[in-house]
Amino acid sequence: MKQIVVISGKGGTGKTTIVASFAALSNAKVIADCDVDAPDLHLLLKPKVKQTFDFKSGKKAFINEEECINCGECVEVCRFEAIEKIIENDVINKMIIDPISCEGCGVCFHICPVNAIEMRENLTGELFISESKYGTLIYAKLNVAEENSGKLVSMVRNYAKHMAEKENKELIIIDGPPGIACPIIASITGVDLALIVTEPTLSAMHDLDRVYKVAKHFKVRSIVCINKYDLNLENTEKIKKYCKENNIDIAGNISFNPIVTEALVNSIPVVEHIDNKVSNEIRDLYNKTINLLC
Amino acid sequence: MIISVASGKGGTGKTTVATNLALSIDNVQFIDCDVEAPNAHIFLKPKIEERIEVSIPIPKVDKSKCNYCGKCAEICAFNAIVVLKEKVLVFSELCHGCGGCSLLCPEDAIAETGNKIGIAEIGKSDNILFVDGKLDIGEPMSPPLIREVKKYINTDKTVIIDVPPGTSCPVIEAVKGSDFCILVTEPTPFGLYDLKLAVELMEKMEIPFGIVINQSDIGDKKVEQYCLNLNIPILMKIPFDKDIAFEYSKGIPIVVKKIEKKQNFKNLYQQIKELVK
Repeated sequence: MKQIVVISGKGGTGKTTIVASFAALSNAKVIADCDVDAPDLHLLLKPKVKQTFDFKSGKKAFINEEECINCGECVEVCRFEAIEKIIENDVINKMIIDPISCEGCGVCFHICPVNAIEMRENLTGELFISESKYGTLIYAKLNVAEENSGKLVSMVRNYAKHMAEKENKELIIIDGPPGIACPIIASITGVDLALIVTEPTLSAMHDLDRVYKVAKHFKVRSIVCINKYDLNLENTEKIKKYCKENNIDIAGNISFNPIVTEALVNSIPVVEHIDNKVSNEIRDLYNKTINLLC
Repeated sequence: MIISVASGKGGTGKTTVATNLALSIDNVQFIDCDVEAPNAHIFLKPKIEERIEVSIPIPKVDKSKCNYCGKCAEICAFNAIVVLKEKVLVFSELCHGCGGCSLLCPEDAIAETGNKIGIAEIGKSDNILFVDGKLDIGEPMSPPLIREVKKYINTDKTVIIDVPPGTSCPVIEAVKGSDFCILVTEPTPFGLYDLKLAVELMEKMEIPFGIVINQSDIGDKKVEQYCLNLNIPILMKIPFDKDIAFEYSKGIPIVVKKIEKKQNFKNLYQQIKELVK
């Protein structure tokens, strides 16, 4: 079984658009959306949810006001500024924990002299096994304001692997998150190939370099796709040069075309929306990617 | 006043709005908190005057004092420390720097040492004070770096914060303490879905917010309808313009190419001032 992940560093370069078309083009795959912060792929693939799992991660501190003696030791030790002393008329009135700032480290719980703090398990998201006309899609939704632990991403990938084995599928296509930190690290470790989607803009090129280095750091092979390549041909040449210098294969170029947005508004993968230059470019990208994977 | 510029979805135009706003008003400090993919420097071209290494404290065990009791491993909520028979292993990439192990070690055998995760850069771009952070490659945790970058906030200025995409911990760290948040979106199903998540976050954090619709003439009207239904102010619409997209690709802000557009961003600022009152 092979795994391919689509990433970019900078957000909004076209990862999900490309993954949706790949999903429509391949018939031997399971699809996984690892952008658990803002999962959008299901909007295009319109799957039916078959099973839902709770995702629990870490704990949060709660103060039992009746037990609390307002000594303030917890405030002193908390490095995340999550506990606030409420002072009224020069007297400490009570302690309040901000659940959003609480990191769940439990130091306050351990230090409290009267055991007034309790650590409660935290429900931070949900994972969905779903069925789309393009195959099984595993996706998840982290609750807003939660820790974007790579753990939920890893859980998505584990279920995807499990489903691919069960269904005897040879390929897992992963829609990756933006950025370069924990969710992206969890999305790329152990995959066979990372397709980096970039644009000929200085911002996207800057972030291409950063995400490429992350992939390299974790020993994942990268290939590149230049989306909207005709928006700035000079920058496109620079990307090609960069790729050559770093020995990165360019798997394809996609031209700028408003039809891509039109397909998105209609919630249809581009290759199914229309047969034109752009859809052919995506087809070529898909074929080349699969060739490079094997 | 602190104004942050956020969005659920990436690539909707946060940096475009933040940098153009900064270039259109007076007395500004710009803070780029998208430390994973910091791009504002491309548009503001600041002269960096200082680079500061940022590290988080990780445990350092003094073998001569440690009796391998295992207390540190027991209390670590992140499994970042493991005690073997005669060895203590520290996994720095899992450590959140809470200091619990050092504080609670019965033998006082754990000190803390800095583990570099990135740098903060401080400089100037004409009259704009500029700060950004760059997370080191391979480092998983951005919030501690964002916290550090925000320590340079100068409240005598109008502070504009460029926020990373998403709705989870890095976003919270960046937006926390803002007087107002601009949510930038685009009129597509992705834009709308992720906008709803961002709105939910703002409500949870109790931060006043308004919407900027970028590429407002592509896509559909559903974002606008959503804002109307929920009484969310639409502060500005930026239509798609291929010339502007081309200038953007070269790192040139809208208001530098078309000075008359400054008025639009001044208006945006006026509306925010009214809403914050």
